[in-house]
Amino acid sequence: MKVEVRINGRSVAAEVEPRMLLVQFIREVAGLKGTNIGCDTTSCGACTVLLDGQSVKSCTMLAAQADGLDVMTIEGLAPDAGDGSAPGATALLHPVQRAFHEHHGLQCGFCTPGMVMAVTSLIAEAEPGSLDEAAVRVGLEGNLCRCTGYHNIVEAALAAAREAGVAAGATE
Amino acid sequence: MSILGNRVLRREDPKFLTVGGTYVGDLELPGALHVVFVRSPLAHGVIRSIDTDEARAAPGVVGVFTNADLGAGPMTPMGMVNQSMVRPLLAEGRVRYVGEPVAAVLAETHAAGVDAAELVAVDYEPLPVVVDPVTAAETGAPILFDDVGTNIAFELNFGEDPSFFDGCDVVVRQRILNQRVAPCPLEVRSAVAEMVDGRLRFHASTQAPHDVRSTLARYLGMEESAVHVVSPDVGGGFGAKGGVYAEEVVVAALARNLNRPVRWTETRSESMLGFGHGRAQMQDVAIGATSDGKIQAYRLNVLQDCGAYPDMGAVLPFLTRLMAPGVYAIPKVECSSRSVVTNTVPVTAYRGAGRPEATAAIERAIDCLAAELRLDPAEVRRRNYIATDAFPVTTAVGTEYDTGDYAMALERALEVAGYEELRAEQARRRSAVAPDLSSEGAGGGLAPRSKQLGIGLSSYVEITAPMGGGEFGAVEVKPDGKVVVRTGTSPHGQGHATAWSMLVADAMGVSLEDIEVVHGDTDVVPRGGGTMGSRSLQLGGVAVSQAAVEVVDRGRQLAADLLEAAPDDVVLDKTMGRFHVAGTPSISRTWAELGAASLDRDGQALQAEVDFEAPGPTFPFGTHVSVVEVDLDTGQVELVRHISVDDAGRVLNPLLFGGQVHGGIAQGAAQALFEEFRYDADGNPLTANLADYSFVSAAELPSYEWTYTETPTGKNALGVKGIGEAGTIGSTPAVQNAVCDALSHLGVRHVDMPATPVRVWEAVSAASSSVPAAAAAARSEPANATNGGA
Amino acid sequence: MIPAPFEYARAASLEEALSFLAEHGDEAKLLAGGHSLLPLMKLRLATPGVLVDIGRIEELQYVRDEGEAVAIGALTTHHDLSRNPLLRRQLPVVAHVAGQIGDPQVRHRGTIGGSLAHGDAASDLPAVVLALGGTLVALGPKGRREIPASEFHNGFLETALEPDEVLVEVRLGKSGGTGWGFEKLTKRAQDWAIVAAVAVQREDAPGGVGVGLVNMASVPIRAASVEAALADGASVAEAAELADADSDPGADINASVEYRRHVAKVLVRRALERALAGPAGGDGAAGAAGAAGGAGAASEGGSS
Repeated sequence: MKVEVRINGRSVAAEVEPRMLLVQFIREVAGLKGTNIGCDTTSCGACTVLLDGQSVKSCTMLAAQADGLDVMTIEGLAPDAGDGSAPGATALLHPVQRAFHEHHGLQCGFCTPGMVMAVTSLIAEAEPGSLDEAAVRVGLEGNLCRCTGYHNIVEAALAAAREAGVAAGATE
Repeated sequence: MSILGNRVLRREDPKFLTVGGTYVGDLELPGALHVVFVRSPLAHGVIRSIDTDEARAAPGVVGVFTNADLGAGPMTPMGMVNQSMVRPLLAEGRVRYVGEPVAAVLAETHAAGVDAAELVAVDYEPLPVVVDPVTAAETGAPILFDDVGTNIAFELNFGEDPSFFDGCDVVVRQRILNQRVAPCPLEVRSAVAEMVDGRLRFHASTQAPHDVRSTLARYLGMEESAVHVVSPDVGGGFGAKGGVYAEEVVVAALARNLNRPVRWTETRSESMLGFGHGRAQMQDVAIGATSDGKIQAYRLNVLQDCGAYPDMGAVLPFLTRLMAPGVYAIPKVECSSRSVVTNTVPVTAYRGAGRPEATAAIERAIDCLAAELRLDPAEVRRRNYIATDAFPVTTAVGTEYDTGDYAMALERALEVAGYEELRAEQARRRSAVAPDLSSEGAGGGLAPRSKQLGIGLSSYVEITAPMGGGEFGAVEVKPDGKVVVRTGTSPHGQGHATAWSMLVADAMGVSLEDIEVVHGDTDVVPRGGGTMGSRSLQLGGVAVSQAAVEVVDRGRQLAADLLEAAPDDVVLDKTMGRFHVAGTPSISRTWAELGAASLDRDGQALQAEVDFEAPGPTFPFGTHVSVVEVDLDTGQVELVRHISVDDAGRVLNPLLFGGQVHGGIAQGAAQALFEEFRYDADGNPLTANLADYSFVSAAELPSYEWTYTETPTGKNALGVKGIGEAGTIGSTPAVQNAVCDALSHLGVRHVDMPATPVRVWEAVSAASSSVPAAAAAARSEPANATNGGA
Repeated sequence: MIPAPFEYARAASLEEALSFLAEHGDEAKLLAGGHSLLPLMKLRLATPGVLVDIGRIEELQYVRDEGEAVAIGALTTHHDLSRNPLLRRQLPVVAHVAGQIGDPQVRHRGTIGGSLAHGDAASDLPAVVLALGGTLVALGPKGRREIPASEFHNGFLETALEPDEVLVEVRLGKSGGTGWGFEKLTKRAQDWAIVAAVAVQREDAPGGVGVGLVNMASVPIRAASVEAALADGASVAEAAELADADSDPGADINASVEYRRHVAKVLVRRALERALAGPAGGDGAAGAAGAAGGAGAASEGGSS
């Protein structure tokens, strides 16, 4: 069947099997390898992308279910440098990406794309003043990391939340 | 001013944050065939037949292979271990655990391979199963290797001295389970193999590419020079990616045999049944002391579960034994072990590999002794630490510790924790008679009686770079002034590119941006030991640092020639990255000029290669304090605080140091509270995916109160020790001790890990069935819970 | 990770969904958010021949005030339930419980209809709907019919829905808004409940309270004996002792039968205390030393 998904603003269309998962479409059809697969039970969140702005686990959606919808992956998050350069080639980072860098919120990097997208979604839909440490921790319950012990990921998320004006006032 | 010791952000990050790393599964390999393994559904059985006809005929299938088709292997155990317990790459004649690969399907797409794998028909005849290592060690147990006739793969026997506990006023014994866990790096196993100009090129998700090179060469019957291993970005390893797996050898064999590119990435559910497990020790401890708490003798007997084939797991007790006495000055220590095979996934190294088990045993033993003597656990520790002025010191098992200050770490940790205050709060809760309303906890009043506080201590010392050996490091100055560092370490999250750059920048006066760190390619880096056992900084970092120092010497020599001065008169201005004659800075030579001049002169690059050999391992230490709340009604444990004071010698970059500790704490706490790989009696795995296996998340953990001290080692010029595993080693016993401490007034002496709700509730129920609950709750003295005299 | 092959049909409307179901019969499975079905399919524990994707049918995504009842479209996501102002005001227990399911990503996709139609005894919303005495609305070739929640779950992963029917709406009386408590015991925050209990004040119930239990039988159940005891004047503590009277829990890797029976009593007592308490309760999981948020036992409730 034909599936067409708008990924990071670019339309990607292909003839695929109905059983193809969205994460496979992103990796194999669109060729975007930033989105990772860490499990097969919807547990780890490494495959988290934004679907119409909301975080979803792209391993638990058929590509067909995303047909005609907007997907954003890690490759689409950093602001466009405007000079045709690829993401990562410039120092431009999205505030969440920058917070992960400044707070050492990543080590091996495998969970990182999903974690960053999950934090981005968490902040985007948070009510002002609502994100304290507990809310961030519970908000990341669907994203597993084996390297960082979460300490610095939580710090990074709180820093980004402060920048976005949704952090709880009393935090830190 | 030196950059060393500063919080320097990681140079690795931007790529991971914007486009993601390049892991093996991300590599583009046009025309590659996909391997899918057919795995045993039985824990133990005879393979009567394997029918591959239907699978071969399935769409997209290129071939289906069994062990006889491979012309490679078998895999042999490491020295010391029973050499008859060999492992065929694919099961031959018999399967020994659920998940053992039996056949390999090669297909044009992954989906076609998965579909066809279901069509391979294997006829098994079930055999009796042994899962429990205690049973496996007994006579009459089902035997995994008939020709061996026993399940015992490896033993360490130091005898039992009948007068061992003479002179002790008290002897406390306890059986402690250090349960089987799954390492679970986020990236599962993955491999890509292809023949390039007659050589095998193998991309591996590994911690040790050079070991992969030699191992593949051995099992494939190839020259090492005909094997090229590349380790791109690696999504975590935690020890379990330190060796080579049968599946990886199969992938390489198929690529070689068919002369076609082949790739394989397992699923997480496969990984839980194929990737090595960790820990898996049953420990019997006995600790004898005088009535004032001075330990006289300590005995640790280890029963190590190796899983179905003896891998690294078989020799973990060797490492456990090295560290058995921990931080304590104990006159007599005995440690014996027995490693047995069972019908389970093979056990391998997992963060700490044998040392966390040693610490867990002695730290539980200390708390049991403290309870027996009704002494504060902190006080028992104080009375038994190896004295700060005793170093270097050789323990009763013969291990020589370099440096340490154990009492200092304890006092610091207690201070950060507010230990006295915590004990007071614990006493308040124990005596509280508030009605058991959960809502009152947050209501600003009394804590509910059902929520008890537990405070756990763990003082640890561990051994880093325990296997000895050295490491390769090279530094080369390019004609454009860029510096290329080659290292034999193989980072997979540790931040070596940042750390090694700092060392080079400090020695040479070049900026971090001008330094490139190369690793993980066996054609570019001639040799290397990889990254495991917390060895990287103290061996690989030191090698790189020394190479940089040598390059400075050569640069000075060359500059002296060019400036027509004596080398002793030439100085390196590190702020500018240039050499000049002392007193005349206006005439100088930059690194770029020297790099070019060296090539111009004799075609040789300005570089140095170093193989650093350390005179011995190092011994980081520290104290962790853990605070838990236990809901007595449900058995639920919440880790509310975790304090750690860690000392690994000089700290190169506190950012990276902290990251290592944080991750270690989480894994250690997860073992104490959540994680256990479980089997039923028939050897069927019960936790074979991440929905059933309780991989810990952010929501179950607190932020850590972490600090460090610096007690340098003399084993290397940088004064550094390893920090990769210390967090795990220190945290597990602290958390477990906290759980036991929360329940001690109820008559509970020990709760095995993981302290799940049902397990805690059962422990409380068992204790309260002998002690009336109300009376127990009101008691302030620890219950007398010894189970044995001398 | 790769489901067995199947045919896929996306229904643009309810009408089209019904006609696909009629066409494919038993072979067909409805796909809403997919968070119950796709995980099973990826492990090949479910291998439907045809998937009828109803996820885009916007006419089933709503929360409406219909006087006596709140009507919830079957395709409303857990996330939308948790943020819905009408539910937060009228039936906060529904918003709260929906906000505790799985993790944020799961809540963005999972739907109330999918959760109910899958009928897993370990999922939270069916027990809440039971406790509230809700009604489920199914649409089939013979038209629309209402099924009381108490008659909806027939057996392990079985419901009263016919193969050619679609669950279209959940109707909940408003009386459950006055006081409520929800107690969920999990190993990890993202896990299914080992046991959970929900208690809601209901003017239409004899004892004034409805109590639902999660994972205490092969289907979501009501703790009818607890409700009856309260109607007979028993104290909360006495009534809670009957929490397992109507249950038939199983043993699994997380709990024994004995433990489940015990914990059900604890959680029912706590849920009842919250539901019947005066001022709004706080978060019972907060530790005195202050730390992690959602680990393990999440409990909340309140009254208005």
